[in-house]
Amino acid sequence: MPIHVRIPTPLRKLTNNEELVPVVASTVGAAIAELQSRFPGIKERLLDEQGAVRRFVNVYVNEEDIRFLQNQQTPLKEGDEISIIPAIAGG
Amino acid sequence: MDTNRSFMKALKCRECGHEYALEATHVCEFDFGPLEVVYDYDRIQDVLSRKVIESRVRTMWRYRELLPIAGEPTVGRQVGFTPLVRADRLAARLGLKELWIKNDAVNYPTLSFKDRVVSVALSRAVELGFRTVACASTGNLANSVAANAAAAGLDAYVFIPHDLEKGKVLNSLIYGARVIGIRGHYDEVNRLCAEIAGKYGWAFVNVNMRPYYAEGSKSMGFEIQEQMGWKIPQHTVICMASGSLLTKIHKSYQEFSKLGLVASTPWKIHGAQATGCSPITTAQKAGLDFFKPVKPNTIAKSLAIGTPADGFYALKVMKETGGSGEDVTDDEIREGIRLLAECEGIFAETAGGVTVGVAKKLVAQGKIPPDESVVLCITGNGLKTLDAVDGYAGVTREIRPSLREFEGVLASDKPAIAAAHA
Repeated sequence: MPIHVRIPTPLRKLTNNEELVPVVASTVGAAIAELQSRFPGIKERLLDEQGAVRRFVNVYVNEEDIRFLQNQQTPLKEGDEISIIPAIAGG
Repeated sequence: MDTNRSFMKALKCRECGHEYALEATHVCEFDFGPLEVVYDYDRIQDVLSRKVIESRVRTMWRYRELLPIAGEPTVGRQVGFTPLVRADRLAARLGLKELWIKNDAVNYPTLSFKDRVVSVALSRAVELGFRTVACASTGNLANSVAANAAAAGLDAYVFIPHDLEKGKVLNSLIYGARVIGIRGHYDEVNRLCAEIAGKYGWAFVNVNMRPYYAEGSKSMGFEIQEQMGWKIPQHTVICMASGSLLTKIHKSYQEFSKLGLVASTPWKIHGAQATGCSPITTAQKAGLDFFKPVKPNTIAKSLAIGTPADGFYALKVMKETGGSGEDVTDDEIREGIRLLAECEGIFAETAGGVTVGVAKKLVAQGKIPPDESVVLCITGNGLKTLDAVDGYAGVTREIRPSLREFEGVLASDKPAIAAAHA
């Protein structure tokens, strides 16, 4: 089972409307790098100029926010699923 | 669509300024920044005056030019214009001279400020042709979407954490909404809803309808200013979940100032959270302009958002206005609920206990001076969170229907009553 990245609607123009993209990567950061090599331009949407995840982007590995894990150094294993989700208001 | 009645110009990214059409979309494609409605303030200034507003029906829609719908409202036409109560007894207890309670615990129809945002979101959803509406909610929003959708003949799906207060769950089910309980906290409900919203063509009030939805909160601030006699209070204390309400009340003060409806006197916006879920106030107290997400653990379930979407902007508003952030424990929340109930006869939900508790702390810390005007925003009704105060509100004393037994009870009350009036 490869690792899958779930692409949110605002970014699907970059992935030819692909919703679930398989990647081979050992960390979240490496997965973002691989996405960038296949879909140029996607990295700058997710990361700011300093290389940190943008303020309004939330990244999850198997439903856990990577800020509770090891951010971009969070390790990945076979079968993991990464979700990229914009911050949402509400209550 | 009667475009002549619309004062909206576009949606605009708050981060990079990129503009989008006035559709059901909420994040910038370039940097994921939140989109906000841009208005034609010049045209609004031409038509809106105190006199025009005062001539209209007493609902939130008397400020309709500053709310993001194109035509007349079709959902929630009776929402808003809740009482602004002069709270002298609570003021005396807190050590203040001029204290007001903006009481959205009696907002129509579902007893929370959420009816404001929902009437805007659903009126706009109808304009955009949606038949199914949905939301992710900590309870109050779900109640409001369920009720307003029922009244408008729309289908509703509401998504809530599975362990909400029973009152809040029943208050969604009764209207015939499809209620889905998610085994997880609100942030997880939200994450799922972001994925669902991307897949189905529904109007998710706090996802793809967010730019419209969030603007509805401004009406609480418009009413405060009008009800104070066209003035901006020097201090406003607002509870924070995502932080959206706080930023929109600030915006309402800015808009009325800009339009000349009030004098632009200085104001401070203070944010209130529960200690068990205080990512925003923790950052504020540490002097940071960003927050660290948390896993919520508090009885103030309506405020239990660990990853607050507007946290960044809320911090900015507190900083720019010279306001403060503070948080209170579960016991202090219950004490706040009782204090408001005993002093003013207003029974607020847990979020109201947070606001009162935080106001008390800020006065004690000198951050709210005793002689300045203060408004506390009470956002929801205590009847919906009975579980939170069950066992803390005193006890009923049962007697037989006998005068002698009653007089026994009365005698035991005498010392306490004498002490209270001493």
